[in-house]
Amino acid sequence: MVLIGVLYAAGVYFILRRSMVRLLLGIMLLGNGTNILIFLLGNITKGKPPIIDADLKVFADIYADPIPQALILTAIVISFGLTSFAIVLLKRVYALIGSDDLDDLNTPEEEDI
Amino acid sequence: MIDNQIIATVVVHLFTALLQLAFWRKTVTQRVLSIAGTLTGFLFAANLFTKVYTGSILTMNAANWEAPFGIVFVADLLSSTMVLLTSIAALAVSIFSATGVGRARMLYGYFPIFHFLVMGLNGAFLTGDIFNLYVWFEVVIIASFVLLTLGGRKAQLEGAVKYMAMNILASTFFLTGVGLLYGITGSLNMADLALKIPQVENQSIVNLTAMFFLIGFGIKSAVFPLYFWLPSSYHTPPSAVAATFGGLLTKVGIYALFRVFTLVFTPDEFMKTLFIVMGILTILTGAFGAIIKNNVRRLFSYLIVFHIGFIIGGLGLYTKVALLGAVFYLIHDMIVKTNLFLIAGLIRQLRGTMNMSKLGGLYAHYPKISLLIAVVLFSLAGIPPLSGFWPKIYLIEAGFSANNYAFVLSVIIGSFITLYVIARLWSEVFWKNDPADEIITDSFEPLKPFKKMLLVLPIGILAATTLYIGLNAEIVIQVADRISTEMLDTTPYIQAVLGK
Repeated sequence: MVLIGVLYAAGVYFILRRSMVRLLLGIMLLGNGTNILIFLLGNITKGKPPIIDADLKVFADIYADPIPQALILTAIVISFGLTSFAIVLLKRVYALIGSDDLDDLNTPEEEDI
Repeated sequence: MIDNQIIATVVVHLFTALLQLAFWRKTVTQRVLSIAGTLTGFLFAANLFTKVYTGSILTMNAANWEAPFGIVFVADLLSSTMVLLTSIAALAVSIFSATGVGRARMLYGYFPIFHFLVMGLNGAFLTGDIFNLYVWFEVVIIASFVLLTLGGRKAQLEGAVKYMAMNILASTFFLTGVGLLYGITGSLNMADLALKIPQVENQSIVNLTAMFFLIGFGIKSAVFPLYFWLPSSYHTPPSAVAATFGGLLTKVGIYALFRVFTLVFTPDEFMKTLFIVMGILTILTGAFGAIIKNNVRRLFSYLIVFHIGFIIGGLGLYTKVALLGAVFYLIHDMIVKTNLFLIAGLIRQLRGTMNMSKLGGLYAHYPKISLLIAVVLFSLAGIPPLSGFWPKIYLIEAGFSANNYAFVLSVIIGSFITLYVIARLWSEVFWKNDPADEIITDSFEPLKPFKKMLLVLPIGILAATTLYIGLNAEIVIQVADRISTEMLDTTPYIQAVLGK
């Protein structure tokens, strides 16, 4: 619980900084914070099977809910893809602009085509 | 009613994209495939719309897992209307792209990505599962990142960084909301959630979750104070891409707001006021942004933000008339905004610039094209009987009957500012004499007639759709009326999904 809070706070803090590398780190931290949040909210159960007997109509016993893990797996894959795209994009921007500062990213309107 | 044909509008774009990947670097084949794909997609969407309009809500259970356990696809009237409009806009953009997008971009896979994007949009409109909605959103944003950065000019990358950061942040908020919602209710199916949410004892945590959704979708649909990324990124990519973004991407955020805040959560008084305040501020700030901009595409970007305020305010009033107006405005807006950016692309082809002070004299050189564009601009400004006029009547009427004069006033001010902006655009770009000291680079004149046709035809298609919406307003009003009824009374939707 505390870990989630720390991850969210650090993520937001990093995103609010001007540096592009910190922006990237912030995005990653926030993504991981969300994943752990889903994991926690799925009521973690230890040592129970994720299946119920075929002849039972209701949940008689506590069972492990497999859905949060499926959700997190999807979210991890997606955030992996997004992060790798973000890294390449920011590297490209750095190569083109030669600065890590987000404030250097503003072309004035007069230079538009 | 179970009907597996719902998914056809999604699958057709998937197959088009995959086929195009097989024809990598064969740009002519890709162009033909793209137009064929969007045309088929349009036919499927029209078929789906007629089925839903004349019949009832259709559902499809993925892999035959019954709702609420499996992922369910639902086509109610709102979804199918959105899919139909998306397909029309995609058809137009695809035709325009055939000449409007550079060959270099096509070689790097412009068309497959475009189709993945449209696939994601259709999926987002049709899904009935909130986590699945998140996944479709991700499909859309990753495709849009690639489209935005393809070409790699400096301005494009600058826009892309802001766009990427805000959209990833929005997705994270949305995902947090989904996680909380699952923790509270143990369900992800939207119809099932609609039944379970009112039974939750601790309603304040429900409201907290709703705020996460509001922020997530608010960033995506660019409402005040979350819109600043939009005007700083939408003017950078090629016009065909900007048309897809401007017409469709922000609208998927609006659709999600409509879906989540009418079906899953029912807004309380605080939420409604928040929506209205956000709507008014979006109208005003967007309007003043549009007034000062001197570049055609930057101006259009602010117009997008600006007009989203009307829709959000309509949602905030939350009466039948207001929702009707908001839905009608959404229908009109999707078509017109796509067209605006295509027009910006055409102006760029005609004159090689989009700076209003360097433009002029288009009416003297191209009177027919200018008149076509005039139809679009007038319908945007809401000159009766064109399409922008009708929804505003409903919004103003709803504002009066809810005694919300601030909203009425901002709609009226907003309409006048739109008119002013359009008049300024018209006189600067079309009526003013050619600026004498500028060198004109006209890349339109030397094109072959067929290619010229490919550039003008999509604008014509969308203008015809706008005219149809305006002149046959009573039909569109019937559709919007049924949509707003379905929004306020969600029992048919829930029954169709859960089958009880």
